[in-house]
Amino acid sequence: MTATTAHDDHHHAAPKGISRWLTTTNHKEIGTLYLVFSLAMFLVGGAMALVIRAELFAPGLHLVNPEFFNQMTTMHALVMIFGAVMPAFVGLANWMVPLMVGAPDMALPRMNNWSFWILPFAFLILLSTLFMPSGAPASGWTLYPPLSLQGGNSFAFVIFAIHLMGISSIMGAINIIATILNMRAPGMSLLRMPMFVWNWLITAFLLIAVMPVLAGAVTMLLTDRFFGTSFFDAAGGGDPVMYQHIFWFFGHPEVYIMILPAFGIISEIIPTFSRKALFGYTSMVYATASIAFLSFIVWAHHMFTVGMPLGGALFFMYATMIIAVPTGIKVFNWVATMWRGSMTFETPMLFALGFVILFTIGGLSGVMLAIVPTDFQYHDTYFVVAHFHYVLVTGAIFAIMAAVYYWIPKWTGYMYDERLGKIHFWWSTISVNVLFFPQHYLGLAGMPRRIPDYAVQFAEFNLISSIGGFAFGFGQLLFVWIVIKCVRGGKQAEARVWDGARGLEWTVPSPAPLHTFDTPPVVTENTEHSAYLQR
Amino acid sequence: MAQGSYYVPATSKWPIIGSVGLFILVSGFAKWMNGSDLGPWMAAIGASVVIAMMFGWFADVIRESEAGMYSNQVGGSFRQGMIWFIFSEVMFFAAFFGALFYARIFAVPWIGGEGTGVMTNELLYPGYLPVWPTNGPENLGGDFKTIGAFELPMINTLILLISGVTITAAHVALKKLKRNALIFWMAATVSLGALFLCLQMFEYVHAYQDLGLTLGSGIYGSTFFMLTGFHGLHVTVGSIMLIVITLRCVRGHFEPKNHFAFEATAWYWHFVDVVWLVLFVFVYVL
Ligand SMILES: [Cu+2]
Repeated sequence: MTATTAHDDHHHAAPKGISRWLTTTNHKEIGTLYLVFSLAMFLVGGAMALVIRAELFAPGLHLVNPEFFNQMTTMHALVMIFGAVMPAFVGLANWMVPLMVGAPDMALPRMNNWSFWILPFAFLILLSTLFMPSGAPASGWTLYPPLSLQGGNSFAFVIFAIHLMGISSIMGAINIIATILNMRAPGMSLLRMPMFVWNWLITAFLLIAVMPVLAGAVTMLLTDRFFGTSFFDAAGGGDPVMYQHIFWFFGHPEVYIMILPAFGIISEIIPTFSRKALFGYTSMVYATASIAFLSFIVWAHHMFTVGMPLGGALFFMYATMIIAVPTGIKVFNWVATMWRGSMTFETPMLFALGFVILFTIGGLSGVMLAIVPTDFQYHDTYFVVAHFHYVLVTGAIFAIMAAVYYWIPKWTGYMYDERLGKIHFWWSTISVNVLFFPQHYLGLAGMPRRIPDYAVQFAEFNLISSIGGFAFGFGQLLFVWIVIKCVRGGKQAEARVWDGARGLEWTVPSPAPLHTFDTPPVVTENTEHSAYLQR
Repeated sequence: MAQGSYYVPATSKWPIIGSVGLFILVSGFAKWMNGSDLGPWMAAIGASVVIAMMFGWFADVIRESEAGMYSNQVGGSFRQGMIWFIFSEVMFFAAFFGALFYARIFAVPWIGGEGTGVMTNELLYPGYLPVWPTNGPENLGGDFKTIGAFELPMINTLILLISGVTITAAHVALKKLKRNALIFWMAATVSLGALFLCLQMFEYVHAYQDLGLTLGSGIYGSTFFMLTGFHGLHVTVGSIMLIVITLRCVRGHFEPKNHFAFEATAWYWHFVDVVWLVLFVFVYVL
């Protein structure tokens, strides 16, 4: 057995120090790298958000010049989307998917290392544009032409940074799909997979389908600027609106890439703390698949005010509104899971509940935006900003926080500080609503997004929003402290950290040893492992 | 299943080398585009690092494969990886085909005054007739002629179709373990790929020198050269893959039941083939 020998060698030959992290092929170590990187980018992107909120604290130009303000809105979005949220989910997938499907590692361990280690270099390039004479890109993260083509030297760097992020995401997604389809333990049929795994399978498909489209779109920008093509120039028969179509064909599935794994996390946590099986497992799977399918045919709802034929506007409006149906099924299932459960409210559950309520608010404001006549009023106002921050901060980020509290005892072997966790939850939940809820009113009253200054009638709500922003931002330092504290020690965690938790990841010790499931477990109808469905 | 039967490689230095290489490569490109003299040198160094990384990485994989370290399950992971990689490539081309269709069906007619574009046409580009091929109302890049579909492109189509047959013949030979036939058919496939690239190069020179058709010829030139150019790039990559596989065949690699690298290359070659067929129809014929 050559294979076995080679494998055993490897258990003893791990290098130490920095080269261990640079060359590792272990899914747990790479998962940790992703999560640490994501946390760092979360703080960087958060600092940019605080610059924005500080400038908007009062009407008038106080702190930064408008050009820099625009750089901040652009970079905040790019850093948070590609640096914080997406890597966090990939990190969670790295850590948990092999443990949840009973695999020894990710399917393609070397490529796993590569998909992570491209990211720091991509962000080195992106963040370096801040120090270029022309400054960072300032056209908004969507990089609409012709404005984006008029940027300075940073433009080419941003395009290539996006290419690197795309390559990283595609490789990460390919690895996750291959792991889920090819590495499941014997007996773990598709419909016995945990919801987190299911949702990541579909997310990975979306990633592979749309990241190349983004690559194509920004490549066209690059050639339009440097090589004389006229994709987006009407003088040559092109059309700047065409960029928006191609971009949002990527962009809308992209927002589901940032929320489907969150749905998966919530679908793991709520059954555990309700001590019941997930209500409507199969309908959850179908709902996720429907949302993924619909995400490909709704993109132009971002462009209603740009202008399109009436038939197009109607199609995209109705298609968008239909998404509320599978999403509603999910929310219903979560609530039904809790119904008559014997619930407890540890920090992961608190964040999950916060998610269900606050994400639903963000979802409903999304339905408002989907309606063409009303969107003409809301488009590019703070209402949109409020909407997508409800789905991304109290949606995606809250789910990531919930996941960290839920699984960190498995990662570190120690319990986190429950008292501090609860404080973190309540502090975040209150401040995040102070931060984003007033922005609904600002938008409805007509305050445009992406401006450094505003009319005086918007002063009060902006002031409240900024106070909430600083409270929320600095509150996250508490999260960093809780994580550090948990890594350093605490109450020893058991294998089954939560008494209501089911699934293969709770059958391995805490902390999970470097190599798990070298021999795959066998999953049957009656083993405890499949109790995920019936408990 | 045996203990640890899935081969999880030891640590590898190649990915981080590849990341550094990519970093230097794209930074060099960006500097180059911004007119820095350093740019081309950085790009060249970065590209060399990436190529060296690929050599090293693939050499490791080939060594492990030849040593029999890979179970069938590992092969399954490789297959999954290749299938989804090709799917991502399909979507990359889809973006450019999308641009072509959008320009032809919507953008150009609208500039020409169709539908709600009446006033656009009247105010901005009065008198512009939206007929494909076009370089837009401002005649960007000057007058040009297009390449006839049933001249060189038709020959290229035949070449690629035949190469699809020859690589299948090679596959059959491999399954029957007829090494000489295998190498013959592989060499034939490589030659056809190279011939295709030569003709494509010839066509580009012809377009630039005789027809006035350039990358700057408005939306027609943009879509024509970006689609055929990226396709040509993929044929180049595919040909390199074919050459590597041929050399491995010469060295006696691959067995009738275990030849993933061969299959992956064949899949990739068929993918390049199919993209060309779509391209032939929508770029040259229609
Ligand atoms: Cu959308």
